[in-house]
Amino acid sequence: MFRIGRRDLSLALKDLWDAIFGIHVWPMLGWLEIKQRYRRSVLGPFWLTISTGAMIAVIGLVYSRLFGQEISGYFSYLAIGWVVWMFMAGLMNDACTTFISGEGYIKQIKLPLTIHVLRMVWKNLLILAHNFVIVIIVMLFFRPDLDWHLVLFPLGLLVIAVNGVWLGVFLGLICARFRDIPNIVASLVQVVFFLTPVLWKPDMLGAYGWVATWNPLYHFLEIVRRPLLGASPSSLSWMAALFMTSAGLVIMLVFFSRFRARIAYWV
Amino acid sequence: MAHVLARNVVVDFPIYGGKSRSLKSTFIRSATGGLLAKDANERVVVRALNDVSFEFHEGDRVGVVGHNGSGKTTLLRVLAGAYEPVSGSIDVRGGVASMLSITLGMDMEATGYENIFVRAAIMGLKPKETSALANEIIAFSELGEYIDMPMRTYSSGMAMRLAFAISTSISADIILMDEWLSAGDASFTQKAQSRLNALLSQAKILVLASHDEKLIRNNCNKIMRLDHGQLIGIEELSAPVAARVPLAM
Repeated sequence: MFRIGRRDLSLALKDLWDAIFGIHVWPMLGWLEIKQRYRRSVLGPFWLTISTGAMIAVIGLVYSRLFGQEISGYFSYLAIGWVVWMFMAGLMNDACTTFISGEGYIKQIKLPLTIHVLRMVWKNLLILAHNFVIVIIVMLFFRPDLDWHLVLFPLGLLVIAVNGVWLGVFLGLICARFRDIPNIVASLVQVVFFLTPVLWKPDMLGAYGWVATWNPLYHFLEIVRRPLLGASPSSLSWMAALFMTSAGLVIMLVFFSRFRARIAYWV
Repeated sequence: MAHVLARNVVVDFPIYGGKSRSLKSTFIRSATGGLLAKDANERVVVRALNDVSFEFHEGDRVGVVGHNGSGKTTLLRVLAGAYEPVSGSIDVRGGVASMLSITLGMDMEATGYENIFVRAAIMGLKPKETSALANEIIAFSELGEYIDMPMRTYSSGMAMRLAFAISTSISADIILMDEWLSAGDASFTQKAQSRLNALLSQAKILVLASHDEKLIRNNCNKIMRLDHGQLIGIEELSAPVAARVPLAM
């Protein structure tokens, strides 16, 4: 099943290279997709911001009481966690449809297939940018102690975005072939949300803190959230995130090399 | 040197919904469509192109004919590079302009102007190169002020004019067309045809799939016949290419 010739690998790498540097189309397509969703609405994509903001305000008020947390610290923790979680969840869900939604292009003309993946990641980065307004408002309000750790924040985001790329290729390819997977992923993402420390903190679980430690999504969350709270992500989080990234990229290359030519037949 | 070399090209489309159908014989012939078969994994496949070999060289104007489902469009898509053959090889030298779907990528919510950039980017142009072409495209499409309106406000004729103007503004070595392109009302059609002819005369190779044999005889110097995904033959047309003569469509 996985005999991969040197030619397959070089074609896969060329596809990625051409998508990133050769074609000036994915930033445009990503933006148009967001515009399309909010056509003719006055606030446009800022509806995302408003609905996320309302959600965080209500959850913040209720859960800070529920968990007996001090409200200012909890709000910052929740707002950042929630917004970053939405980014990750968006990547996981959209990863399933990268190639399926590019069907029209894929069957008609030769374009690097990975432009559809980059478009998907870019779209989710744009959504994140809109939602991030909430984080800024919350931080202006509650003023967490920020320090030099802030410089780690863009780095953390970049790591998540790169993971979005490999996931977009890998899941996009599998979902193009097996159309039940998108539904499975969608349900899993919802379940995993509750297993990931977004609403709660790992120390609240006491002896069951390992639930977080063994959850890779927790570590991705941490490398973005901690710098914004003026702390350094643990080295465990960095190692877990970088391990996932490199393992994912290898998996992506293996699958993409092997099945790249089949995608046009599957979508 | 632009050329196309196809060696024993086979294209199978797997049919993933069709497992429940039992196929009694390995190949079933029907009036239209490719051959239905089962592959090594017992999947139902449609063999859209079966062992097709040919060569096109500079100066070739190839008309592809065959009834519905004979593999014309699949052949064009293979030439465009969208489908890679399941077996056999295809070697295409030269820049390919695929005019199989000239509205591909156009977004109804975006303005005509934005769509020029989207379409051109899909056809491989950088934004800077598109800027240089944009004014000419707008002038040719005669859309005037509408160019800054969302495309959903266009009539279908207007949308086609824009798509036509964009697609025919980019020259290429090899041009692939599924049916002859045409757009707009009577006066525009004439203008459009001369623009298309100018573009085609610059191209080194043209591959045109059509049901209209007269059209093909007027514009091509070779006829390629396909039937059930099989190449029946390539006939050289003795008459000189009449592509420069405006066509009465």
